[in-house]
Amino acid sequence: MTLKNARVGDTVKVLKVEGTGPIRRRIMDLGITKGVEIYIRKVAPLGDPFELTVRGYELSLRKEDAKMVLIEKLSSKKEEVTNNVN
Amino acid sequence: MSIKIALVGNPNSGKTTLFNALTGSNQYVGNWPGVTVEKKEGRIKWNKEVILTDLPGVYSLSPYTPEEIVARNYLVEEHPSAIINIVDGTNLERNLYLTTQLLDFGIPMVIAVNFMDIVAKRGVKLNLKKVSEELGCKVIEISALKNKGIKEVALEAIEVSAKKPSMKRDIFSPRVESVLGKIERLISHGYIEENELRWMSVKLFERDEEICAHIDLNEKTRDEIEAVIKGLENELDDDSIGIIISERYDYVTKIVEKRMPGKDKMSISDKIDRIVTNRWLAIPIFALIMFAVYFLAIGSVGALSTEFMNEKLFGEWIVPGATSLLEGWGVADWLVGLIADGVIGGVGAVLGFVPQMLILFLLLSLLEDCGYMSRIAFIMDRLFRRFGLSGKSFIPMLIASGCGVPGIMASRTIEQQNDRKITIMTTGFIPCSAKMPIVSFVAGSIFGGGWRGALVATSAYFIGIAAVICSGIILKKFKAFKGHPSPFVMELPEYHVPAAKNVFKSTWDRGWSFVKRAGTVILLASVLIWVGQNVTIEDTSEKQTVVLDADGEIATDDEGRPLVEKQKHVHVIENEDGTITVEEIDHKGIRFIQDECNCKSILQMLGEGISVVFKPLGFGESWETSVATILGLVAKEEVVGALGTMSSGGIETAGDEFLDGSYLKGFSFMIFNLLCAPCFAAIGAIKNEMNNRKWTIATISYMTGFAYAMSLIVYQIGKLFRWGSFSVWTVIAFVLLAVFLYLLFKPAKFSLINIVKKIFTKKEKSADKISA
Repeated sequence: MTLKNARVGDTVKVLKVEGTGPIRRRIMDLGITKGVEIYIRKVAPLGDPFELTVRGYELSLRKEDAKMVLIEKLSSKKEEVTNNVN
Repeated sequence: MSIKIALVGNPNSGKTTLFNALTGSNQYVGNWPGVTVEKKEGRIKWNKEVILTDLPGVYSLSPYTPEEIVARNYLVEEHPSAIINIVDGTNLERNLYLTTQLLDFGIPMVIAVNFMDIVAKRGVKLNLKKVSEELGCKVIEISALKNKGIKEVALEAIEVSAKKPSMKRDIFSPRVESVLGKIERLISHGYIEENELRWMSVKLFERDEEICAHIDLNEKTRDEIEAVIKGLENELDDDSIGIIISERYDYVTKIVEKRMPGKDKMSISDKIDRIVTNRWLAIPIFALIMFAVYFLAIGSVGALSTEFMNEKLFGEWIVPGATSLLEGWGVADWLVGLIADGVIGGVGAVLGFVPQMLILFLLLSLLEDCGYMSRIAFIMDRLFRRFGLSGKSFIPMLIASGCGVPGIMASRTIEQQNDRKITIMTTGFIPCSAKMPIVSFVAGSIFGGGWRGALVATSAYFIGIAAVICSGIILKKFKAFKGHPSPFVMELPEYHVPAAKNVFKSTWDRGWSFVKRAGTVILLASVLIWVGQNVTIEDTSEKQTVVLDADGEIATDDEGRPLVEKQKHVHVIENEDGTITVEEIDHKGIRFIQDECNCKSILQMLGEGISVVFKPLGFGESWETSVATILGLVAKEEVVGALGTMSSGGIETAGDEFLDGSYLKGFSFMIFNLLCAPCFAAIGAIKNEMNNRKWTIATISYMTGFAYAMSLIVYQIGKLFRWGSFSVWTVIAFVLLAVFLYLLFKPAKFSLINIVKKIFTKKEKSADKISA
């Protein structure tokens, strides 16, 4: 499963960041590394990008780039999801 | 001896604020990540021996963005005596990640933790003592904005600069450290200085392109290094870059003891974000905010102040005042004209926009400083990516609606080179406040205001935006811009109440750069225009006169042609010995135009020469419009200014006089002037940001070409439908339209070569089938 498939309200754990080059490097430099927990806060009004909480700060990441991040889902907050939809 | 201290930190960590507080120099501070790009230097206010260098804000020292390269090259090449590493306390982990990279340089370092008041407010407890012990350098809490703890930081940095720190070699796991040690030993036989070994070995381990290309190693060493890296990569199932980054973060997580408050409360920032970036409300809120900004800056307060500046301050007081004053002093008439009408009038026309622009810049700075600008990029990214740009391209364009110069400069925050280039190339299409007079001239004077005028004025914005969008789509398809869209990984900073200091500084800096431009380029240009209007070139070298016979008739020669006598202007020189020498004068005379005369001014000659080019666009029949367009290069507001001066009845009659009051001609004139090459100041900004002559020329040519094509299409096709007139130009217009639509709609991967390839592969396949 990749970060792209994650849903708003999910808390996920990063297993690996795939790919090479500047985009991967930048994603990792900003703290998305193996083992870190990410909370998916919301999606921009037009459906992309994501707003994530990583290491205590807010980061926006395009879904296209989120494909590079392999994750496992830890939990999902239902309440958060409905709040965002409303 | 002077001490060199480098200021390093993440974007938005308050680095520039600290720099200003220490050096007292004026600098721009914003809330958009990555504002400082150049390195800036200053001496500490109370100790002039210390030179402080403000390095660009970076998250890491990778070799990919210009900011990062600038920062690391400085640290490697300039050997600063100490580093002040400013760290955002609300974001300790990501900030200390950079710190672990800085430690590799073996330069004495002080860590200044900023925003501790916010950390305290949130109820988070940080154990900075442990951080200090682990990293082996002093950690000082500061508040850059409130001037707290900053002197302490500087004093500490000066103190440690004399010491030699011990190189820290236990950041990574023992396994990685042993490999790094091996690489160090392998390269230590070379010329590399001892204190560079650690940094070099880490970079070699990462296979850093920049370092690998510059380091001089023999084949054998390179192979050996590659072998140890490969070994570890297989062992840890990750590539070397991934290993290094992960382990740095692991180390930081280990040393940061964070105690969060009992319940994870939603901060105010979160609550704001909930509404502002809400799925349904985000775009209406954004539209509302933008409407409010423009209503204040351009519609109401701005328009009133501009009117006051132009009509009252300059129109009624300064210009007539200066005229009577100069006349009172008995200054020559032409000089009065030059100073009062040329210089004061010209510069005044530009300065009239200052209040309007200050209001716009003030509002935009407020949005920037409170953190909303990043949200705009977040909201708009999806939309802009469709056009081959990124959400970050939106900020330059917003600012460009005030003035293109700071707008183009704001493109620096875009990381990806291609996106940055396209943003620079298209930002000039956005109607800036200086283009507003052109719009209101066409809307008012030609379309007669009312609903027609309003429609035309609105269309001006849409034309600008459409030009940006279409250009984005078209340019992205060209080879020069091929490549991935920029990685849109962007930090969304916390909302905070804008700091008055930052907002005013930013507004002032942007406004001042505009005023400076009025004082220099436009001043010079105003003088040139005035001279151009008031000076004529008279051909005095040769005049032909007909010869009259005794009856007063024109004399003819044997073949019946009029007898023409060549008159020559000569100098008659009486020599000392009594003889006379006649010297022919063969030059063109320059003289001032006095009163009414049938002579042409230099400006008119220029305009007539150029107007041929504009004929197909519908506004080449009168030379005045050509002159006005050329003058637009100096400053866009000059277009209308010049038309007003050249028209017999001021700007009100200019439309009828020069454009026959034709809607179509007026509209074509407006399109061309909105989209063509920007003013010199903006061209200068483009040159600065492109940092490349070829790209600058490409940008100017693209803009002018695009403007020409669009005007031609609108005018010629409009003419065909309106009057049914058809010419070669109509055909050209249709061809251009077809090319434009083709470029716009052709699929990105669609090219002739691909089609040919496809046909061939199909044939091969069918051939395979047959043979099978």
